[in-house]
Amino acid sequence: MRLITHNMLSCNIKGVTNGYPLGIEASRLETKESELNPEFLRKIFPKLEWKALRDAAHSLGLNDLPEHVEPSMLEDADFLKNFHHALLEVHLEEGALICPETGRRFPVTKGVPNMLLNEDEV
Amino acid sequence: MSLRPERQAPPEFFYNETEARKYTTSSRIIDIQAKLTERALELLALPDDGVPRLLLDIGCGSGLSGETLSEHGHQWIGLDISQSMLDIALERETEGDLLLSDIGQGLGLRPGTMDGAISISAVQWLCNADKSCNHPRTRLKQFFGSLYKCLARGARAVLQIYPENAPQLEMISAAALRCGFSGGLVVDYPHSTRAKKYFLCLMCGPPSTSTSLPKAKGLDRGSESEGSSDADEEAGTVDILERKRPSKKQKDKKGKGRSWVLKKKEQRRHRGYTNVPQDTKYTGRKRKSQF
Ligand SMILES: C[S@@+](CC[C@H](N)C(=O)[O-])C[C@H]1O[C@@H](n2cnc3c(N)ncnc32)[C@H](O)[C@@H]1O
Repeated sequence: MRLITHNMLSCNIKGVTNGYPLGIEASRLETKESELNPEFLRKIFPKLEWKALRDAAHSLGLNDLPEHVEPSMLEDADFLKNFHHALLEVHLEEGALICPETGRRFPVTKGVPNMLLNEDEV
Repeated sequence: MSLRPERQAPPEFFYNETEARKYTTSSRIIDIQAKLTERALELLALPDDGVPRLLLDIGCGSGLSGETLSEHGHQWIGLDISQSMLDIALERETEGDLLLSDIGQGLGLRPGTMDGAISISAVQWLCNADKSCNHPRTRLKQFFGSLYKCLARGARAVLQIYPENAPQLEMISAAALRCGFSGGLVVDYPHSTRAKKYFLCLMCGPPSTSTSLPKAKGLDRGSESEGSSDADEEAGTVDILERKRPSKKQKDKKGKGRSWVLKKKEQRRHRGYTNVPQDTKYTGRKRKSQF
């Protein structure tokens, strides 16, 4: 799972009102290079929660995302490179996602978060 | 006739290793799923600007449908309830991110984030109550409600489904409409038992003229008059979905009118009640609604 997906995911447990963003526990990461598409990055940018992305990147040891961003930065090649890398190239392979409200862990195995809920959580 | 898969076992058991394996080895299955996905993408009608979008693949399975999305350059998130199917997707090194999740529990996705969603041959599974805790209607509601929320404004969802029968098709589309979607059912090759395919095309919000409904395959038979002899080509059909809720007017008609009230009052007087109000010109008169 990449941070683009993490940025869209929230905890779905019944009754939880503050299920976003999910905390990250990382025990294994993998980096897979992919082609940088500036157009896509510009398109997705307004849909992202920047703080969640930056914090998530931090928890994976990626410290190149600035705290404050503005659309004009999307013209800057260096920024795009770091943005692309954090969003689309680093994969959480083993670890867990954690609901900020309940502390419920969603284990991540082979890169796939297990988001299945128990009967009493639906 | 063999039993429909949906009636044999819950999806997470039906799609076990053996079944999942078929999705990498059968070229027939691979071919069919790819074609269905191409068609779904076409019906999704994304802006033709060459910019990749972020899409959902609902019931992504072994990633066959997702692979077609990747071929078109899109980023995607795939959800599936079967670990075995996802394992195959991992083996195939599909490019989308995968989530092990039950769409009947709702999609845990932030509002307004997805540029579109497709689902190939999966949603009819929600109609089966294979566990005592599974109520098809509740699960359909969870699914469509959360799908509606996570889609960006104006985004569409195209769901190719294999409904078991007409009531099931009705149950699925009614659930979608109740959650705020508008849209229609596109049936490709409606007269062929084998080739017939249902695509539920859903749009966020009420229909507008700019989001007209797509055409079904084989509809352009106008070419016939030009001497086309392609008799095998079958016309598709498009149905606009409408909420089947009795309208206010209909309800009123069935309501109890003045004559009914007068009769009842007469009966009560007859039985000796003394508190029956007088009959006046206001008796049984329709009340203005409050809004
Ligand atoms: C016929 S397969 C199609 C897979 C893929 N879309 C393709 O085109 O190859 C149907 C998939 O729907 C999944 N499915 C069924 N019910 C589901 C549910 N409640 N939540 C998530 N996935 C489900 C199954 O696990 C299976 O992988």
